[in-house]
Amino acid sequence: MSLTPSSQPVMPKLKRYTMETLLRRGVRLDGRRLGDVRSIEIVPGYVERAEGSALVRLGETVVLAGVKTDIVAPFPDTPNEGVLVVHAEFVPLASPTFEPGPPDENAIELARVIDRSLREIRAVALDKLVLEPGKHVWRLYVDIYVLNHDGNLFDASALAAMAALLSARIPAAVRTEDGGYRVDRSRYTMLVPVNHRVVTVTQAKISDRLLVDPTYEEEQVADTRLVVAVSEDGRIAGMQKTGAGYLGYEEVVKAVDTALRVAPVYFEALRRYVDPFREKLARQLEEQPRAPAEAEPAAVAAQRRVEEEPVEEPVVEQLEEMEEGERG
Amino acid sequence: MGGAAGEKPQLIRWEERDGEKVAVRHDGRLPWQLRPIRMEVGVLANADGSALVEYGATRVIAAVYGPREAVPRHIALPDRAVLRCRYHMAPFSTAERKTPAPTRREVELSKVIREALEAVVLSELYPRTTIDIYMEVLQSDGGTRTAAITAASLALADAGVAMRDLVAGVAVGKVDGVLVLDIDEIEDNFAEADMPVAMAPGLGRVLLLQLNGVLSRDEFVRGLELARKGIEEIYRLQKEALRRKYVVKEAGGGGR
Repeated sequence: MSLTPSSQPVMPKLKRYTMETLLRRGVRLDGRRLGDVRSIEIVPGYVERAEGSALVRLGETVVLAGVKTDIVAPFPDTPNEGVLVVHAEFVPLASPTFEPGPPDENAIELARVIDRSLREIRAVALDKLVLEPGKHVWRLYVDIYVLNHDGNLFDASALAAMAALLSARIPAAVRTEDGGYRVDRSRYTMLVPVNHRVVTVTQAKISDRLLVDPTYEEEQVADTRLVVAVSEDGRIAGMQKTGAGYLGYEEVVKAVDTALRVAPVYFEALRRYVDPFREKLARQLEEQPRAPAEAEPAAVAAQRRVEEEPVEEPVVEQLEEMEEGERG
Repeated sequence: MGGAAGEKPQLIRWEERDGEKVAVRHDGRLPWQLRPIRMEVGVLANADGSALVEYGATRVIAAVYGPREAVPRHIALPDRAVLRCRYHMAPFSTAERKTPAPTRREVELSKVIREALEAVVLSELYPRTTIDIYMEVLQSDGGTRTAAITAASLALADAGVAMRDLVAGVAVGKVDGVLVLDIDEIEDNFAEADMPVAMAPGLGRVLLLQLNGVLSRDEFVRGLELARKGIEEIYRLQKEALRRKYVVKEAGGGGR
């Protein structure tokens, strides 16, 4: 059940008045203009134990995203695709308004909006994450961890998720005796294959003005927000109006145009901070002193393993015979 | 979008009509046509307000309890009513049984529907109370959240809750490259995009807007316009449904 939130912190009336007065002149409390994004910093590979990770600072907002993998059966309706799961945690250390416990509606909404924005445009090439069609595929978990909430969690989280995926590697899959696979994290086979890059651009509406990348204070005053997911080739990859309040019909179109105009700022940050890291990972994968088969994409390697399987089977049979012999 | 299940059927057929090529949908509708829509107000005796809404085979029932004393007390707000909203699907409403426990999808939809209704309900008239809005999807054939919000706003009106306007919703989809109004489940499963929209039509305000899928900027603008036209038709049907319950019929002949 969804309730009108009651824990809205009180904003001093004077501050609200100052904010609105400034906005009439097109200036914001922190000196930005309406279409300006705060400073962005991305640290790819922040958590070495994860298959991929990225720490994003968007002004004072800090979000960490990590990618983990395992091997599962695919969904019956998509036997030739890996599985992507996006999850968000608003951990209590990030804000006085966050409580411990399972994700609330805000965290669930955020995760689902980012999930859709990545999924619908096929940002991750899930068809390349298949070990054995219908049986064994890679599952990618993207876990979003909000560490400091100073507004615009959507854009910071989308950026962190995208950056974490771009800096993620798929570990080796080792065939097990029961015909399954286990993950060998001591070595990697390929980068997470990415078809499209997607970011979100969030705008808050305050007294008939739309502000890009709102701070926490601005979000408290805002009537509503519109999140627009944009792909690098300039398409709209998803959208969500969030927060009570409304947008005028014309306002929606204006907001979408602004989002398309602002998105390159985020893509530039990905190129600047994440691309060198991704290139480094690619070089490491190439230089890996391994047998050629292991440098192949997992899907190809898996195919080879399937083909090689008959050779291994007699060994298993022999073992079974031996065991039976011992028992007898 | 619901995820592709099985082979993709042919969803759009191009036909010559009056010398023009038109896209005909799998159920015979043209791209800008709604499914048959039925609405009934005041269907549940216990609720303060209720409504049943059907978009084709999609059937949603909504009930409103309140404004009433807030329980538990601590959730009450001193200056306004608290809206409590639940969108829920019956376990038998879908092809595969849906678990009755609330899913992440239902949590999200309950939130966006509540936020849409917050923008029209004059909650400041009912301080320290709750207004509970319950929506149950009885049968699901696409467009359940928009049918739910249409039903919820009728139930609120039926309960006599003061509102700035009614809320009407409809989903627009992109199917085989064609923008279509009021998509059903099959279309949704194979759609390139699904965009649910809800508006306060009398005020020209957009209260709910989601996009699952990919659209170009121009497709989005055309899709939004398609949704607006559908919403205006649904709005007209909502007002008719309310009149059917509340406008006293002119006494015929006898003058009683």
